[in-house]
Amino acid sequence: MKRLFVLLFSFLTLNAFAEAPAEGGEFEPGAMITHHIADDYIWHFADGAVVYLPVILVDNGEFKVFSSHNFYNEDHETVPYDGYALDHGRIYKLDANGEPIVHEGFASWFDPSLIDLSITKNVASMLLSVVLLLVIFSVIAGRYKSNPKAAPSGIQSFFEPIVVFIRDEIAKANIGPKYQRYMPYLLTVFFFIWFNNLLGLMPGGANLTGNIAVTMVLALLTLFITLFSSNKGYWKHIFATPGVPAWLAPIMIPVELMGIITKPISLMIRLFANITAGHIIILSLFSLIFIFESLAVSPLSVAFSIFMMFLELFVALLQAYIFTLLSAMYFGGAVEEHDHVDDMGFGDGTHH
Amino acid sequence: MELVTPGIGLIFWQLVVFLLVLFLLGKFAWKPIMSALHEREASIENALSAAEKAKLEMQALKADNEKLLAEARMERDKILNEATEAANNIVETSKQKANEEGARMIAQAREAIENEKRAAITEVKNMAASLSLEIAEQILRRELSDKTAQQALAQDYIREVTLN
Repeated sequence: MKRLFVLLFSFLTLNAFAEAPAEGGEFEPGAMITHHIADDYIWHFADGAVVYLPVILVDNGEFKVFSSHNFYNEDHETVPYDGYALDHGRIYKLDANGEPIVHEGFASWFDPSLIDLSITKNVASMLLSVVLLLVIFSVIAGRYKSNPKAAPSGIQSFFEPIVVFIRDEIAKANIGPKYQRYMPYLLTVFFFIWFNNLLGLMPGGANLTGNIAVTMVLALLTLFITLFSSNKGYWKHIFATPGVPAWLAPIMIPVELMGIITKPISLMIRLFANITAGHIIILSLFSLIFIFESLAVSPLSVAFSIFMMFLELFVALLQAYIFTLLSAMYFGGAVEEHDHVDDMGFGDGTHH
Repeated sequence: MELVTPGIGLIFWQLVVFLLVLFLLGKFAWKPIMSALHEREASIENALSAAEKAKLEMQALKADNEKLLAEARMERDKILNEATEAANNIVETSKQKANEEGARMIAQAREAIENEKRAAITEVKNMAASLSLEIAEQILRRELSDKTAQQALAQDYIREVTLN
């Protein structure tokens, strides 16, 4: 474990060193940090250990697949290729003059005719995490299948308490008798987030769960599952909240409807912001060395980073738990029998 | 700005890959894991309740045994008591019988003695009567040999009769 951390820090430090000259002499911590937490078309483990990932473009319905190596010259500078240019982590179509095409009525970064389905660093990291998930849990499932009544052993005994915790403390406690239906989603989302949070902390790891697209998809899945499993009571609470006088309806209904949307938005932002913030803090602490241009700062900066790293290991688990817990609570609210519940929607009222 | 503008590609891959992994894990991992957990918990619960039942049965058995033992003990005590009582009774009745027999024999003896006594007295009386009669006859025979004496006697008798 200790060795792993030493390795981790040496990698991160090397990266920071490597980044400084590449971005034009002057060290810009903001640019370095943004570059580290953003998605990329290459996977930069360390200088000399770069994986060029495939670029997949759908340009007006036409598939184009090529290596992202084409966007880089020998000096690791971005160059245009085949009418496309890479700039700030996005691919743009170029016009005849070599300038990015800007479509009227859209943001400059958005091109409706170009769909970018590249296997980016985040996608590659996600695929890796999925392979890990599938391997680990199929091994565990195999153990359960081969001797279902034996006490858990090895990796099985590590994950079993977590699975049981999710089932008992998250699903059963918040959803109630219909929890079984939501178990696959809750377990998958928990382990997906946790694994990717941890992978993001690995040296050279991608900031997948700190990417808003990923958290958005997860939050939307929670929203859709909530809406599809909602019963009459759920909608009754929105359009005729019990215990609220009718004349308040013009205020209550929009607020409640907004609540449907704000729940997944909060899920999306919470995970994204927590993970990204952790990465930013650790990278900032390392940047201090280069900002002060003094080796004397490094012990302090490393000490703080180690502390932050432990905190991040905890946050990685905590955020996975919170996302799963809140999803379970939303599902619980959707399937709950709402009759005579006087709890203002917090689910803590007495049931009759 | 770059951070908060979701990329289409990542959304696509995330959706596809996540749903795929959800399906695969759901089918090949969560389902067997959950059912195995459930099964194991059920079997543990069964085993526990069976153990509890066995314990209760054991207790009932033990209680039964103790009851039987207590009953046997009571039976033994009862038999002993009865035997003692019977022995006592036998002794008592024999004693009583002996006493009665003794009393009866004494009474018979007494009666016999009384009878003998009575017979003896009767004999004595009879003998005294016949003796008296003989004496009287002798006396009368001598007295009545002369006429005046006879008359004087008759006079005496008459006097006695009128006096009565």
